[in-house]
Amino acid sequence: MDRALNYQFDWQLVLSGEYADWLVSGVITTLEISALSLLLAMLLGTIVAVMRMTKFKPLEWVGLAFTEFFRNTPLLVQIYFWYYGSNQVLPEAVNKWLYAHDFEFAAGVIALTVYTAAFIAEEIRSGIYSIPKNQLEASRAGGLSFIQAYRYVILPQAFRIIIPPLISQSLNLIKNSSLVMVIGVMDIFYMARQIESYSFHGFEAFTVATLIYLSISLVVSLCINLYNKHFLRQISY
Amino acid sequence: MAMIEVSKLHKWYGDFHVLQGISEKVEKGEVLVICGPSGSGKSTFIRCINRLEEYQKGTILFDGKDIHDKSVNINNLRAEIGIVFQQFNLYPHLTVLKNVTLAPIKVKGVDKDEAEKVALSLLERVGIHDQAHKYPAELSGGQQQRVAIARSLAMKPKVMLFDEPTSALDPEMINEVLNVMKDLAREGMTMLCVTHEMGFAREVADRVIFMDGGAVVEQAPPDEFFKNPKHERTKAFLKEIL
Repeated sequence: MDRALNYQFDWQLVLSGEYADWLVSGVITTLEISALSLLLAMLLGTIVAVMRMTKFKPLEWVGLAFTEFFRNTPLLVQIYFWYYGSNQVLPEAVNKWLYAHDFEFAAGVIALTVYTAAFIAEEIRSGIYSIPKNQLEASRAGGLSFIQAYRYVILPQAFRIIIPPLISQSLNLIKNSSLVMVIGVMDIFYMARQIESYSFHGFEAFTVATLIYLSISLVVSLCINLYNKHFLRQISY
Repeated sequence: MAMIEVSKLHKWYGDFHVLQGISEKVEKGEVLVICGPSGSGKSTFIRCINRLEEYQKGTILFDGKDIHDKSVNINNLRAEIGIVFQQFNLYPHLTVLKNVTLAPIKVKGVDKDEAEKVALSLLERVGIHDQAHKYPAELSGGQQQRVAIARSLAMKPKVMLFDEPTSALDPEMINEVLNVMKDLAREGMTMLCVTHEMGFAREVADRVIFMDGGAVVEQAPPDEFFKNPKHERTKAFLKEIL
């Protein structure tokens, strides 16, 4: 008889005891690595966006090279690169510190941060460029300094435009974070696979993992929709 | 001392000589209307006065001081010279009230309550105080332009520049904006208006200047300007628009 027909579903197995603890710790790791990478990616992405918008050519080129390089190479390859190549690229002291702590986690954070920052930089740049030039002109004409004009007029408008794509970048980041399992970060996906190899109940394990990713993403999407409804209606020129 | 004294102003965009040696004096309280065909440099000219445009030759004195003098802070200069644009350029993410109070609070350090009091009285003057808490997109074009005028006035400027303030408006909204400008003129504001509203020029202008090809071709008090234009190009232009 076909083995699949004999398969006994056992949801209880993966949702209780040690396996459930593994999943919970996997969820925590996924949320941690996503949140930390997102925070760093926002910072790095903003810096790269500003570099690309300066009139200083060398900075502009570095920013451009950064975005093009990291947007156009596969994330999986980048993860392996940081995992195996970081001791060549990063300073000795940093590597020592990383080895003493959670090296897999750190390599994962670096890869996700750099990759996501390249996309975020583009979102920020296009958001700022989408504000009509006459807004800067009107604020400067009213006596606001360049920095005040950005702070009170340009950026508040740009952020309303940028935030929805930023949230969808965060969604991508959460989903992409499942790839760091290949270098041994014990996230949801890693734990699901581990449950599979201990219990042979892969179907249940991966179903639960999928549902967890789905619910995290749905919560984030819901937030985007609420945001859009609330803020985007009043903007028009 | 003249409020604004422009002498031998030249500006080029690349090879294009857009302003070809303009010299003009505007006294305190004077209302100057600048007209001319499109591309004649009239907007560029008034935009030089608050340094929204840079120029390559000549000088502009504002209140006796060269606007490019090192001691002149450009933000303070601009606070004293209001400008109203063709496209209103209100801040769409702020309410009408906040559009008007932003610069006084941030540039002049006026406190919020005081700034709002002044803003509301200005909005009342331009006839839209009941819309103070709406967003610009909820207002008609004419109302938006009146908010833009109130926003400029909130800085208590010494001079107001108007860059074709009614050109983007539907015909039925032009008068509501012109009436506000006429009141302002009668109250003694020094104004430089780029406009083709000849009724406005007749009623309140002290002087009309006609520009063509980057130079002032002719200037006269409105009665004389409309009755006896001297230059052929002025005659042709007036025939077109009247």
